[in-house]
Amino acid sequence: MKTARSIMLLALVLVLASFAGSNKYFVITAEDVAFKVPDGFPKPVYDFSSNHPSPEVFILGRKLFYDPILSRDSTISCASCHQRLFAFGHIDHALSHGINGLIGTRNVPPLQNLAWNPAFMWDGGVNHIEMQPLSPLTNPLEMGETLSHILLKLRQNEHYRKDFQAAWHDTVINTERMLKALAQFTGLMISCNSRYDKYIRGADTFSAIEKNGLAFFRQKCATCHTEPLFTNNAYRNNGIRPDTALNDSGRGRITGTMSDNYMFKVPGLRNVERTYPYMHDGRIRNLRSVLDHYADPNQFDTRASPEMRRIGVLSKDQKDALYAFLLTLTDKEFIYDKRFIDPFIDTVK
Amino acid sequence: MNRPTHSIFAMATLVVAMLLSHTVVAGGRLVIDITNRVGPQVLSLDSGSYTNALAQPYTVSMFKYYIGKIALREKNGSEVRSEAYYLVNESEPASKTIVLEHVPIGDYTGISFFTGVDSADNCSGAQDGALDPLNAMFWAWNTGYIFLKLEGRAPASRSSGHLLEYHIGGYREPHNCIRHIALRFKKSLPVVEGGTAHVHLNADVAAVLSGKERIDFAQLSSVTDFHNATTIADNYATMWSVSTEK
Repeated sequence: MKTARSIMLLALVLVLASFAGSNKYFVITAEDVAFKVPDGFPKPVYDFSSNHPSPEVFILGRKLFYDPILSRDSTISCASCHQRLFAFGHIDHALSHGINGLIGTRNVPPLQNLAWNPAFMWDGGVNHIEMQPLSPLTNPLEMGETLSHILLKLRQNEHYRKDFQAAWHDTVINTERMLKALAQFTGLMISCNSRYDKYIRGADTFSAIEKNGLAFFRQKCATCHTEPLFTNNAYRNNGIRPDTALNDSGRGRITGTMSDNYMFKVPGLRNVERTYPYMHDGRIRNLRSVLDHYADPNQFDTRASPEMRRIGVLSKDQKDALYAFLLTLTDKEFIYDKRFIDPFIDTVK
Repeated sequence: MNRPTHSIFAMATLVVAMLLSHTVVAGGRLVIDITNRVGPQVLSLDSGSYTNALAQPYTVSMFKYYIGKIALREKNGSEVRSEAYYLVNESEPASKTIVLEHVPIGDYTGISFFTGVDSADNCSGAQDGALDPLNAMFWAWNTGYIFLKLEGRAPASRSSGHLLEYHIGGYREPHNCIRHIALRFKKSLPVVEGGTAHVHLNADVAAVLSGKERIDFAQLSSVTDFHNATTIADNYATMWSVSTEK
C-alpha cells in the first residue's frame, strides 16, 4: 500500500517536472499553428504555403514580436504598442509612442486577421505582411533601428542562434527569415470567435437590441465595413477634418494622386470595443462619440466620401442599437489566446 | 565582415543558372562587365569633377542600381532569360561583374534587362540576396525597391549642403520607374560549349541627368519619392550602351 502511494507520488512529481521541463507554461504544437480559414471567411491574401507554419518558426516570431532588442535602445518591442489584451492595439494613446519618448503621427491599429489584408498601414503603403515590420522597425519615431544592427544583435545572441537553428535547421540568420517568422506569428492572429461569429454560426443568440443593431449596421455601415472582416479594404474619407498640426495626407502620399489625399484605409471593426481611441489619428476617444460623428453629416469635411453622406442622421435608439451590436464583435477567445502570451513573462522554470 | 558588403559581394559573384528554353546542361559562360561612366570618363566617386548639360559642376558620391531579368536574344529570334536581380554599386567593384553560367550555345544578337525591379518582385514579401531590404535600396513606408540611387554635390543645388540626392523607385502607375532596356550587339556574340563570352555594359551618369530631360540642379536637386521620379527614370532608360569587344 505504502509502495503504491510512493509510486503514485513519484509519478505526480514526474508529470509536474515534465511540465516545468518544457520551459514554457504552454506548449505550441503543429496543430496550434495550423492555418485554417474560418467558416464564412474569404480566401486569405497571404499564402501560408510560402511560409509554412511550424511551432519553431511561430515561437521565434513570437519572441521577436515581444523583444525590445529590436528597437535602437532596447526599450520598445512590437508588443509595446500592439498589446494582446487590446487585440494588439494600444488603448488610450491617440498616437503611437516610440523610443526616447517620441510620439508618432498615427493611431496604433489592432492586429487581427492580417492574412486577409491586401495592404497595411492606414495609408496602405505596405503591400505585404512580411514587409510590414520594416516600417515600425526603422521609423525614427517608433523603434528607430537599422536592419543591419538588428541582425547583428540577433546573430550575437546565443538564444536567437538556437531559435533560428530550430526554425530552419541551419545557422543562417537573415532579414527574410526574421520577417517570415514575424509574419507567421502575426498572420495567425485570427479573430473569428466573437459573439457575432457565434450568432452567425447559430451557436449563440442575440438580444433584440443586438439584432436591431446588426440590421442597422448592414443598412448604414456595411458598404465600407463589410462582413465578415468588417472592411472592404478601400480608402475613404470618413468626414473628419484634417489635423493641421499632423497634416497627414493619407493615401495620397502613397499613390501621388491628388484625389487620394485625406483618404485612409477602412479599418476592420473586430474588437472595436477594446481598441479606443479611434480614427487614424486617435482623435475620437470612445465608441459612442464615433457614432455621434457618423450621425452628424453637417460636421463632415467637404471631402467626405459619398458613402458617408448616405448614412444620414441616426436617432438615439439607432445609435444605441449599433453600439450594442458593435460590442458583439469582441472576441475574448482571441484576446485571451494563450499562444500569443508574452514569452518573456514565463514564470515556470 | 560587414554584412552588406558581404551580401553584395556574394550576390555579385552569384552564379545563376539560366532558365533554358530547351534542356542543355552545360552551355557556355557569359561574363558581363559593367563600367559606370560620366560621358566619356570613367566614374570616379568623390574625386571626379563633372559638369552637367547646363554647365553646372557636380561630384558623385554614390551610384547604385538594380538590373535584373537579363535576357539574351538569339539570332533565330528565341530568347534565354535569367530571373535574377543584381545590385550594381560603384563602391563595390565586385558588384560590377555579373557571371551567367550554362548559357545555351548559340549566336546572340542582343541583350535586354530591367533597370529596376519588376512589379511582381516588389509585391512578393521578404526576399534574400540582392533584394534583401538590408541593402538599403528599399522603402519601408511605401513598399517598394529603390531602383537607382545617385548622390553627390553640386554648388547649384539648393538643398542643405548643396547635396544631390536622387532615389528613384516605384512600380505603380502613373509613377512606374521600371525601365526595360534592350540593346543590340554590333556583331553577333557566339557562346560556345565550355567557352566564355564577354559583354561590356556602360552606364552613364550624365545620361541620368540629361538623357531625355536636362536636370537643373537649382530646380531639382533631390527626388526621393514619386515627385519627378519618372523624369529621372526616363533619363536612366537612356544611360546604357553595350559592346562585345574585349
